Amino acid sequence: MTTDVAVRPAPPPGAPGGGARPRSRWSVPGGTALGVGSAVLYLSLIVLIPLAVVAWRSVDQGPGYFWRAVTTPDAWAALTLTVGASFLVALINLVMGTIIAWVLVRDRFPGKAVVDTLIDLPFALPTIVAGLVLLALYGPESPLGLNLAYSRAGVVLALLFVTLPFVVRTVQPVLLELDKEMEQAAASLGASPFQTFRRIILPNLVPAMLSGTALAFTRSIAEFGSTVLISGNLPFKTQVAAVNIFSQIEGDNTTGAAAISTVLLVVALVALVSLDLLQRWGSRRG
Amino acid sequence: MAKHGLRVIAIAYLFFLLVLPVGLIIWRTFGDGLGPFTEALTSASAVHAFQVTLTVALWAVAANTVFGIGTAILLVRHSFPGKRLLNALIDLPMAVSPVVVGLALILVYGKFAPVGGLLESWGVQVIFSTPGMVLATVFVALPLVVRAVVPVLEELGDEQEQAAHTLGASPLQTFLRITLPGIRWALAYGVVLCLARSLGEYGAVAVVSGRLVDQTQTLTLFVEERFQNFDQPAAFAAATALALIAVITLLLTKLLRPKG
Repeated sequence: MTTDVAVRPAPPPGAPGGGARPRSRWSVPGGTALGVGSAVLYLSLIVLIPLAVVAWRSVDQGPGYFWRAVTTPDAWAALTLTVGASFLVALINLVMGTIIAWVLVRDRFPGKAVVDTLIDLPFALPTIVAGLVLLALYGPESPLGLNLAYSRAGVVLALLFVTLPFVVRTVQPVLLELDKEMEQAAASLGASPFQTFRRIILPNLVPAMLSGTALAFTRSIAEFGSTVLISGNLPFKTQVAAVNIFSQIEGDNTTGAAAISTVLLVVALVALVSLDLLQRWGSRRG
Repeated sequence: MAKHGLRVIAIAYLFFLLVLPVGLIIWRTFGDGLGPFTEALTSASAVHAFQVTLTVALWAVAANTVFGIGTAILLVRHSFPGKRLLNALIDLPMAVSPVVVGLALILVYGKFAPVGGLLESWGVQVIFSTPGMVLATVFVALPLVVRAVVPVLEELGDEQEQAAHTLGASPLQTFLRITLPGIRWALAYGVVLCLARSLGEYGAVAVVSGRLVDQTQTLTLFVEERFQNFDQPAAFAAATALALIAVITLLLTKLLRPKG
């Protein structure tokens, strides 16, 4: 049972002092309003207003200016590289993430628990450390003799590192819950392992696989820290959108930076909305 | 047989993408013993970077913990117009590039922005200073505590809270005696995640701090700056220190994760 539903959201948190003390029920009078007000204020001051100002700044000199800022050769190159690399990274994650989740759930081998714990390391490791670590192994002093520094392959590698857990961690729980009886039934009816996988297992995994992939894509679009060192920040070649924004801020071109930021925000929002639709689709099927 | 094939593929991928790179940096750091490591981390700049990192992270974690508990209780125990919207907006920071976070804060709290200018006239400098770095860190770590607490609060139900209330407990007493003990492990899990994210934030802090050596330089900025200045031992040592923090976080979250 909750109370105080009739209050509008987002009154300034100072308001209740002189304001009404409605019927006292079992929660603090006006408590919900005060709480919602504070939460909305906190969110607004730190997240919503600043992001709105970025969007506003990107268009306040007219759509023509916005368009020119986004299509300057270096910005456009950075945006296309970012989107292209993110698609590739999402695709590799889709395949490798599913394989890793499969191995972690269905396979048995010594050290599996350690491997399972390691999957989350990219989330715990600071992005700049991720970049440094990759540069140590795949940079100019590579002990493997494999130098990917300052190349697009290096950018993809960095993005693969930071996005590793997404697909694994969305597919794994679904795979764990999957009823093995269906597979056994299929096998006993003469289905080959491949048929069982394609007809029984895969359809159950697809929603989770896709939502993990969408998360990996969103993260790749936004990624900054891990690509800084290994990409060498070469415009037209290895500079991703976030790094391009960073150099525009450093050059005091905040309007240009805001325009590209807005593009990234829109792409991320589109990806998240699709993800939400995917999850609804998945839960309807499940 | 096919099973083994997949196992080999999965482990090889993880080995070359994750284990080998991280292992190499640790090996490089400790290759000449502990001496260079401690030496690099006890230089004045490194110690200062440690202090800045801790100050910023502690403020950010404190703010997000209070916000996280409060918002989780609102979302689970109360109903109000706009609840779904608030719920959706909390995840927004996850989708925003760290650099965009920095830019957004500069455009509002910078010296030449209306709000920032006003604060400046009151003697509060936000951007290129600690408050701005705290704001940036709060932004990027904002959803973590809320998302850790919400599911546990939902599972807990409010029967005990109602019982406490009918027995005459004040809301504060109910919170301290019933709600808080019920969510403590989830809360600890969220706080650990939040702390790790705060200690490791790079992009947003790089933008709002101005990267002033020995002033606003955090540990992650120290790693980058040392590396760019060809001081590899210091960069590797600090990176290893951060990696160790990450590993500790990982083990802690493994212990605390609600229902493994």
